[in-house]
Amino acid sequence: MAQLALSNRISLRRPGRGVLLLAVLVVFLALWTVLRGVHTLALGAADLTSLHRALNDFNDALGASRDSNPVFLYFFNEIRLVVDEFTTFLQGLIAQPSFGRPVPVIGWLGVVALVGYISYAVASWKVALPAAIGFAFLGLQGLWQESMDTLALTLSAVIIALLFAIPLGIWAGLSDRFNRLVTPVLDLMQTMPTFVYLAPLTLIFLIGPASATIATLIYAAPPAIRFTAHGIRNAPRETVEASESLGATTGQTLVKVLLPAAKRTIVLGINQTIMAALSMVTIAALIDAPGLGKTVVKALQTLDVGTAFNAGLAIVVMAIVLDRVTSMAGLRAERERLHPRRTSTVVRRAMLVAGGVLTIVAVYLSTTYVWASEFPPDASFGPAIAQAATDVTDWVQNNLSSVTNGFKDFFTLVLIDPLQTLLTESPWWLLGALIVAVTVLVGSVRAAVVSAVCVLLLWGTGVWSDAMATLASTVVATLIVMVLGVVLGVWMGRSRMVERVLRPLLDAGQTMPAFVYLVPFLALFGASRFTAIVAAVVFAAPVAIKVVADGIQSVPPTTVEAATAAGSSTWQLITKVQLPMARHALTLATNQGLIYVLSMVVVGGLVGAGALGYDVVAGFAQGQLYGKGLAAGVAIVLLGVMLDRLTKAAAQRSQ
Amino acid sequence: MAAPASVEADSVIAVRGLWKVFGARPERVPADPSLAALSRRELMDATGCVAAVCGIDFAVAPGEVFVVMGLSGSGKSTLVRCLTRLVEPTAGEVVFEGEDILAADRKRLRTLRRDKFSMVFQHFGLLPHRRVIDNVAYGLEVRGARKADRWARAQEVIELVGLGGNERSYPDQLSGGMQQRVGLARALAGDPDVLFFDEPFSALDPLIRRDMQNEVIRLHHEVGKTMVFITHDLSEALKLGDRILIMRDGKAVQCGTGEELVGAPADEYVADFVHDVPRADVLTLKWIMRPPSDDDVLDGPELAPDVVVREAVRTVLEADRPVKVVRDGELLGLVDHKEILATVAGE
Repeated sequence: MAQLALSNRISLRRPGRGVLLLAVLVVFLALWTVLRGVHTLALGAADLTSLHRALNDFNDALGASRDSNPVFLYFFNEIRLVVDEFTTFLQGLIAQPSFGRPVPVIGWLGVVALVGYISYAVASWKVALPAAIGFAFLGLQGLWQESMDTLALTLSAVIIALLFAIPLGIWAGLSDRFNRLVTPVLDLMQTMPTFVYLAPLTLIFLIGPASATIATLIYAAPPAIRFTAHGIRNAPRETVEASESLGATTGQTLVKVLLPAAKRTIVLGINQTIMAALSMVTIAALIDAPGLGKTVVKALQTLDVGTAFNAGLAIVVMAIVLDRVTSMAGLRAERERLHPRRTSTVVRRAMLVAGGVLTIVAVYLSTTYVWASEFPPDASFGPAIAQAATDVTDWVQNNLSSVTNGFKDFFTLVLIDPLQTLLTESPWWLLGALIVAVTVLVGSVRAAVVSAVCVLLLWGTGVWSDAMATLASTVVATLIVMVLGVVLGVWMGRSRMVERVLRPLLDAGQTMPAFVYLVPFLALFGASRFTAIVAAVVFAAPVAIKVVADGIQSVPPTTVEAATAAGSSTWQLITKVQLPMARHALTLATNQGLIYVLSMVVVGGLVGAGALGYDVVAGFAQGQLYGKGLAAGVAIVLLGVMLDRLTKAAAQRSQ
Repeated sequence: MAAPASVEADSVIAVRGLWKVFGARPERVPADPSLAALSRRELMDATGCVAAVCGIDFAVAPGEVFVVMGLSGSGKSTLVRCLTRLVEPTAGEVVFEGEDILAADRKRLRTLRRDKFSMVFQHFGLLPHRRVIDNVAYGLEVRGARKADRWARAQEVIELVGLGGNERSYPDQLSGGMQQRVGLARALAGDPDVLFFDEPFSALDPLIRRDMQNEVIRLHHEVGKTMVFITHDLSEALKLGDRILIMRDGKAVQCGTGEELVGAPADEYVADFVHDVPRADVLTLKWIMRPPSDDDVLDGPELAPDVVVREAVRTVLEADRPVKVVRDGELLGLVDHKEILATVAGE
């Protein structure tokens, strides 16, 4: 009894965090009603601040000195030249007329045969056949050249990225010190939305394929570094010791023990790198990267849903093929490690030789004959797909508009508008103070310091109002993501059957480039903030659901059994045992959800979501808005860092 | 627990004042007598460092099987890793055939590892992507031996450890006991002077463990290598070890032969440890004999002092007078029914 009384008194003396949070919000609302509309820092779409003009001037100055400044002359321009040459070479091989020929060196037949053959060689015929069919489908869609441009850019970025990433990964795997050094950098790089890599790179490397490739390889390298290091670090310790105890040199241990043990993880890292690269190459269409992304962007800008759908479908097909082939290659590496004798080597070797001969014949034909080089245009049913998609869109807009618009208006009126009003019409310093206070209460003092710095810098970027509009959309989308994440995650965590149905869908959802999610929702909801939010929800939900489900599944079965034995109902079991014990997973899911949502909300600038995303896109399109776009890019980074720190601190607190 | 000087003089390995401390600035712990004297817990509280091995001394004679025994966390695995510098010791000396290993540079250390020692691991540490024969030949491969030579040698040791016929298998196709035979063969392939065993059989089933222990005894007879054997299993230690070093919390508690440990435990901890050992199997007559008194009849049968009690039971019980324990014609003591029965009953 005495104990109870004591704890009561303590809780009376110091109010809980929830109460404090509520009090902070009430104070904020009270001040907001009084101060509404003051110091909002609103900035018109075409208005610039002095910072933006200074950035414009900086860009012009850089442009002027590009051929005289030694840093450019001997460093950046050289890099640009090498990357450009390599990309152009790959494009010439499969995509663009080159080497004095009216067609690429290898035509569609050769590429399809090569894809099939390589897939067979690294994985199995079960993957090779669908891969070849998938590539042929790209041709049938009437998008052969665009697809090959995308593929060439992706490959060139991946090859260059791996050239650096794997040695760096090995280094990080062997050296603790280097690992400690690169891990935070990689963390930061992976929280950045794809978008923000583009602007600063165009500053240095100009708009064009070279910039696109460089942005892509920077974005795509971290997973390969991380996975390689992880694979090497997780090699069985005793095996490494055994090798050392027999007097192997570091190099011998690396080649004979560590790399074979890490092979599968490294292949998985390559898979992640390829998927990230594909995602980035499509978005790099904004800085004039050729390929499917460009088709989608153009179609989105003219609201041509049919064409966007056809090209989006091609991206999906390519993503599926690349993902299947590389992840099956990883699986094969694993199987080879564990059961190397399974594959009957003689048969396989014969097949490889025969396939190789056939592939060479196909490649030869495709370099020699027009029918095997250019995809027959009359075989294309791309227009038919586009037409069908347009018809469906029209039908939806004619017949379901009451439903979809009702849905959209409801969310816009009830959730998005009030929140956006609240954030954008508040004095910036009041909102900044709120953000810092909330960070202290939910996260930690250290995270609050980061928040405060980010708030000040956001003010400095001059796009405060747009940033707050983006923040509002991000918060709304994240709320919906978390509702979905908890409901579906708990369901999936508790039922093996749901798990079996849902997980492959979620996995597939995660491999898709962010871009393609916009298309179907554009068809349903037209160009609006809501479209971007729905696309963001769909983009971010898989990761949140998976993290929550994993959290629920990691609750020890004995604890669940004990609670069941004590007579808990299912509801009690979920709310009193499983969710509280998965609290860390919930905060982690919020973190991941926020990062994914932010990156998608920004891309939504393409479909009328406005705010920061629009600023960035407009910056690429119009010279006088370049500086503002750059500032908006920085603002996105600041929002990302702030939200990431906040949720990470909250996650740490819940552990 | 210093070894007798005579053992140290012609020893293969002599370890003096060996320390391994994990944590920040570990070298201050052995250097500072006030820190070195602390218990593990106190050291952790005072400095944040963990002392895995605290000033161990011992010497291993040529051809000896030297067992280091202790419970988990006693520092025995760290100790054996310090001997080959898989773990860098913090302080002390490890003298191998007159050379201080801790002073060796990387190249010299690699040469020593290639030619002089090898190690057998608890979880085998085999390369899953290589066949048995290539696993066994790994040590020869890193030395730069040609394929034909190393395969020939690997084949020899594979036969020696009784794995003939399995050389083309992969490790995961073999049972745990057979995998450890591969580990053993790998260690023997380079024809080292010293074999280190780090709890090699604790991951195996009891029956297979017994087979493998017998295998080690057989190999010891056949190849006569010096062996340093780490285990947490007292019966294994007693079965294999010529001498046993008992460790607790990084410190040496007692070092001696099995019968010394059982007959004269240094402290409560060791006594507790050896409490369940069937004493009749370990102790010899010299541990249980009593001094002759005046009313003893001294015409009974004679036995040597190093006869194990169990082997003397029949003789003593069948004789109707005390058995004389005699060495070189000198009467050391007497053993009667009472002593024998007390020992057999485990008192």
